[in-house]
Amino acid sequence: MRLYAICVYLFLYIPIGVIALFSFNAGRHASQLQGFSTKWYGKVLSNPFVMDALETSLTVAFTSALLASLFGTMAAVALQGIKGPLRTAFDLLIYVAVMIPGIVIGIATLIGLVTVFNQLNPLIAAIWPEGFEAPKLHMGMGSLIAAHTMFLMALVVIIVRARLAGMDRALTEASSDLYATPMGTFVQVTLPMIFPAILAGFLLSFTFSFDDFIIAFFVAGSETTLPIYVFSSIRRGVTPEINAIGTMVLAVSLIMLVTAQLLLQRGGKKIK
Amino acid sequence: MTQRTRNWLLLAPAGTWFLVMLIIPLTVVLIFSFGERAPAGGVVPAFTLEQYANLPARWAAFKNTMTLAPIGTLSALVIAYPLAYFLAVKVDPKWRTILLVLVIVPFWTSILIRSYAWIFLLGGRGIPALLGWFGMEGVRLINTPFAVLVGIIYGYLPLMVFPIYVSLDKLDKKLLEASSDLGAKPWRTFLQITLPLSIPGIATGCMLVFILLMGEYLIPAMLGGGKVFFVGNALVDLFLQSRNWAYGSAVAVTLVVVMLVTVTVYMRLINRLGANRDDVSIM
Repeated sequence: MRLYAICVYLFLYIPIGVIALFSFNAGRHASQLQGFSTKWYGKVLSNPFVMDALETSLTVAFTSALLASLFGTMAAVALQGIKGPLRTAFDLLIYVAVMIPGIVIGIATLIGLVTVFNQLNPLIAAIWPEGFEAPKLHMGMGSLIAAHTMFLMALVVIIVRARLAGMDRALTEASSDLYATPMGTFVQVTLPMIFPAILAGFLLSFTFSFDDFIIAFFVAGSETTLPIYVFSSIRRGVTPEINAIGTMVLAVSLIMLVTAQLLLQRGGKKIK
Repeated sequence: MTQRTRNWLLLAPAGTWFLVMLIIPLTVVLIFSFGERAPAGGVVPAFTLEQYANLPARWAAFKNTMTLAPIGTLSALVIAYPLAYFLAVKVDPKWRTILLVLVIVPFWTSILIRSYAWIFLLGGRGIPALLGWFGMEGVRLINTPFAVLVGIIYGYLPLMVFPIYVSLDKLDKKLLEASSDLGAKPWRTFLQITLPLSIPGIATGCMLVFILLMGEYLIPAMLGGGKVFFVGNALVDLFLQSRNWAYGSAVAVTLVVVMLVTVTVYMRLINRLGANRDDVSIM
């Protein structure tokens, strides 16, 4: 039994390990190890295309994780206090957002937004003052952030709601019995307790957005995110640079995840 | 401000966002699927079932998806179950958390990079070269259904382990002791108590993995080399290469419908199975 578990862990980690190992390979060929070197990391970090893609990915991930944490938490807190059709509608929306395959979300966003933009652009041009060039709505970073935020909001609502449900009702009741305003109760009692969950939701959202390929593939327009860059480089062939990018991406996700995990656990203990 | 107004205000941003970025786009897909292809690549509004009638043209993609998704799900289940059992029942509790985290973490890291790792391993200079040393020349692994299956198992194993672990962890260990005190052999205890009581976890794990596999694009694109393609790959082709939005929308709608129907039927089956099992196993 233990042997079996070890084998599964090896299966999970050897591929990642091999990538990391070969990212430090001095040789040009991806096939044999020829000594230790960090030159591929140097190459990657001085490649303007990689750095541009990285910047786009970081901007998108940060913005959409922030928006999703904010709006998702607001929705989760409100949903806690209501029942009836509105609640049912939101539950259904969250369920749909999570259930629909990412590829369908990508497609729907692409053709939905392009159709809306095609209607709006002539209108904008018509009302724009003569002599100035009218702005044109198009697919790009904005549409990518909007699409990621939509999906991640659903994720944050689920995470924060789980924490709210685990909270002791007596605490908020005590607070209002002691004449705290609803706002005061929220800021002084509820918020500190759900904060670890919000932060964990933010970190998971950031990781998801940073790693997402399929939605970005459809809605990024002419922007290139890091996963899109990596995907198109792989199409051209396996190179040591990809190993170095891959190792760095994995390292970033690992740090985020371990932090999120710790936050969720610590927050969980506090409440109990 | 009444509580009602406050709740509405709190829900407004999320609600608007869902409306603009989820409901409207999905409605557009549905409408386009009944439209006709415009010469320039867009869609001419119409009400025709022509696109749906054309679905058999992409039959191979549906067939591959509906074959490899269940096979992948079952393979992941077979590999995940013993590990989940080990983590929930056998392992020293002080190692449990760290071992669990080690299973979950890969799932949240880039599937792109993890699939790429297998291009590296299964490619000509990876495992086939190793096999060559042992005299097995000319083994081809990359761009085969096998490679796609390995990628699927590798990608989704963590998602399968976790729910099974949760259901096994909740299982009252006294039941196992009682069973062996009453003279049941270990395998009988397993078949009559452990396995039936872990059915909810198995059901959840299988459903999660299956849903994600139905919409998979990256794994077949990277490890199948254009020979093993899923509906996802057909969708990318239709929307980004041949720009046939009307037909692509019909394929997307069909994918979602097939997914929903499969999941509903599956849940019904599991509930029935679970209900029957409970009667037998507890008595």
